[in-house]
Amino acid sequence: MLTLQFVPYNEISNLSSLGRIRKLLNLAKDNKIVLLEGRLNKEEEAELIKTTMEEINANFKGIELAVVNPNEDSRDPFTKLKTAIASALIGNKQGFTIIGPATVIKSIKRDPNKLQLMMQDAKKRKRR
Amino acid sequence: MKFGDFISNFFRKIFGKKKLIKLGIYGPVNAGKSTLANKICKDWIGEEMSSVSKIPHETREIQMKEKVRIKSNKKELDFNIIDTPGIATKIDYEDFMKFKLSEKEAKDRAKEATKGVIEAIKWLENVNCVLVVLDSTENPYNQVNITIIGNLAARNIPVLIVGNKIDLRKSNLKRIENAFPQYKVVGISAEQGKNMEEFYKELFDLVK
Repeated sequence: MLTLQFVPYNEISNLSSLGRIRKLLNLAKDNKIVLLEGRLNKEEEAELIKTTMEEINANFKGIELAVVNPNEDSRDPFTKLKTAIASALIGNKQGFTIIGPATVIKSIKRDPNKLQLMMQDAKKRKRR
Repeated sequence: MKFGDFISNFFRKIFGKKKLIKLGIYGPVNAGKSTLANKICKDWIGEEMSSVSKIPHETREIQMKEKVRIKSNKKELDFNIIDTPGIATKIDYEDFMKFKLSEKEAKDRAKEATKGVIEAIKWLENVNCVLVVLDSTENPYNQVNITIIGNLAARNIPVLIVGNKIDLRKSNLKRIENAFPQYKVVGISAEQGKNMEEFYKELFDLVK
């Protein structure tokens, strides 16, 4: 059985960077696919990868990760300004993040308009 | 500007000492970072710096070649070339066993590879400008690419995206340009030495 756990942004907004990473990684290590409202900042994303690498072992092979932030790549100055103001007011609440254990999610394919989660086959998941 | 920096800039101007640029080569696994690092070194100092392999995570430690003097368009600059391990969010030793490595070899390689990724991320603090090498036959909308480029932008480090493997039929440079419209993208084949003149020109534009 797969578990998809929704984490609203207010559950991580008051945590330190380390606390946010720990919370998300613990859920992934618990074999849950996390759907986070909003996103980590860029430094936290890199720190999440670093922490993941430190914890890889025979049972935990790492994570699959996708951050979707529709306005991030906008070149329109007005949209950029709007995004910057929104970030200053409400933090990184825009967009969403998917994190799951690599033993459950084989890969995440994305293009500008869609996101596809390719799952590991059930036999392989069970073996692990 | 600190007093020390002022003095050092002053003497650099007087004696014409060239600045040394710490050029990081970053990217996902098997994009051709070490092949590019080797090509640059071969072009300018006549020797290679890293080993390359079809098995992922061949580079598991930071490799550095110091004072590589590159010339382009009648200008010359000195670079420290820093070839970094490929960044990944997952490493499974069983994947290495598909390349006929023994279980012990595969587990050792996986362990070293995790350390390599950590080192590569730590080294983001130590570079002046970065080549992000992407495999132009692969989908560029990959979170590792987005995270690397986002981190470089957050640190105000100049970035040139290098779409490698343009000699392959499936290569699609336009897709990289569309994925990262704010950045200059140059297509090369590091293995075949294709479009390297254009690459050096863009590199000099990046650091000027």
